[in-house]
Amino acid sequence: MIGTGILKGLAETARNFFLSYVSKDRLTTVQYPEQRLPQIEAARNFPFLVYDGAEWDAGMRCVACQICEKECPPKCIFIEKSKDKKPDAVGKPQFYPARFDIDISVCMSCQICVEVCPFDAIKMDVEFDLPTDDRFAGLMLDRHKLSKSNEYYHEIHPTEATAVDTALDAERAKAAAAKAAAAAPKPASPAATAASAASTPKPTEGESK
Amino acid sequence: MSTITLPTPPVLNPPASLEASASENPERLLELSLGPQHPSTHGVFRMNVVLDGERVVRLKPVFGYLHRNHEKIAENETYLGNMPYTDRLDYICSLTNNWAYALAVEKLAGIPVPERAEYLRVITAELTRLLNHAALVGFLLQDMGASGTPLMYAFREREKILDLFEALTGARMMCNYMRFGGCRVDAPAGWLDQARKVVADFPKFLDEFEKLLVSNEILMERTQGVGVLSRELAISSAISGPMARASGLNYDIRKVDCYGIYPRFSFRVPLGSHGDVYDRYMIRILEMRESLKILEQALRDIPEGPILDPKSKPRGFRPKPGECYGRIEAPKGELGFYLISDGSPNPYRYRVRPPSLINLTVLEDLCLGHNVADVVVILGSVDIVLGEVDR
Repeated sequence: MIGTGILKGLAETARNFFLSYVSKDRLTTVQYPEQRLPQIEAARNFPFLVYDGAEWDAGMRCVACQICEKECPPKCIFIEKSKDKKPDAVGKPQFYPARFDIDISVCMSCQICVEVCPFDAIKMDVEFDLPTDDRFAGLMLDRHKLSKSNEYYHEIHPTEATAVDTALDAERAKAAAAKAAAAAPKPASPAATAASAASTPKPTEGESK
Repeated sequence: MSTITLPTPPVLNPPASLEASASENPERLLELSLGPQHPSTHGVFRMNVVLDGERVVRLKPVFGYLHRNHEKIAENETYLGNMPYTDRLDYICSLTNNWAYALAVEKLAGIPVPERAEYLRVITAELTRLLNHAALVGFLLQDMGASGTPLMYAFREREKILDLFEALTGARMMCNYMRFGGCRVDAPAGWLDQARKVVADFPKFLDEFEKLLVSNEILMERTQGVGVLSRELAISSAISGPMARASGLNYDIRKVDCYGIYPRFSFRVPLGSHGDVYDRYMIRILEMRESLKILEQALRDIPEGPILDPKSKPRGFRPKPGECYGRIEAPKGELGFYLISDGSPNPYRYRVRPPSLINLTVLEDLCLGHNVADVVVILGSVDIVLGEVDR
């Protein structure tokens, strides 16, 4: 009979409506600004710079190697390398970004900068509440605005941050051990120091090419 | 090859013959511009329709409003740098776009893909198919005037899959997940169980959706015998995907090319017999059920192991000079990437074979002789995304 299909459909809508009073699964919407869904851990939107310790300026992991600037597909990163060097987390003198700007009106959140960074210095943020009335300067984040602490990184991506910290600690321990080993036999065997001195500049040379 | 053939429904509304409109007086014709800013055109797409009364006499699609120079940009980017741009081609199904591009580059450079990554690719691609078809049937019914309800039901399911994507890749739509030789990250703890739950619950939505609308008389009246695409026209104009299969063409690249690990899964290819809007709509519902079968098998069999080929690295990728064409069965049809490498870090030539654009070329043939209100429904059943049509 004509019309039965329509009635069947209406019965389905009615069932959904009445069961929404009983079953929580059928209430799928949230009242956004007041109610918020829990953040999904892997979520990402714009990059930020990680620093260790309390001082954002001193603890910045970025050494201004400019790899992210080169690899960024829409070219939204602008870096100016410093003239001088300052000690990093393990006390080794490193360059630092005198200027590090990300234009988030251009950034497309692809996180290729995170993948190519060899120093774990740039990571993805989850902050999405970034409205501004100045669409040029307001969306151009400088290095101070981009810097966020390692604790904040742990807060937003706990699993990933723990893995990064473990890898970094292992690397730093290895570097410290190598430094200690290089420092200890200095007076005893000059050959070892010569060998280590000869081996260290080579990779940096290759890197600069 | 096992296939399903749709049952023959009674044709309620035979289309008016084309001869009748051709013999009309040209002075009575009205030229109408549909779009580009119109909700029925699924994006910025314009149709110049010549009408004789309510009947369509000529139709000229006008597109290019969303042109972003995708192919030329790609020639100046590194191979990896192109991956996030492929998300934006067919922005509803970014993961299948990723796969097609990764497949082409892997073919070009001869990179193997680990077992677990292949499974993750199949899982994400089939979830994408569910997502695309759910969104499509919702939008199609919205175009027919079923305002709200079916679309909201479809989007409720889509949201569950998008949550899965966000937990896996970090983004809901612009996933940027596949890499040359695998995938970017492994599934986080509990993700596979969450995916199994979504897959187990999905048939409920399909049953509900079928009860809601499949036997609806208005739906049948609006779709049966409307926008018929003949098998011959589908072959001669290179139509692919669900649209070709609705016309009875047994052509599914998952079966034909056997790319990835698809030969391991048992699934059937639904085939239509009329090639009208109703068949195209039903093909999508049936394909969702077949995708669920693949997903169940993939989620059951997925092994442990690495997800990325150890030789794959994000920087300094330079494939040997050569050319290749990689294609997959995207939810909309055959999505292919043609690449020429000259040994430099960026492709010498990069070309996309977009299924939406090529399926759209027969739009005039489908619409002639029908009412102007049917044009909207026919366009909806072709399943286009303008990000891919215009590139």
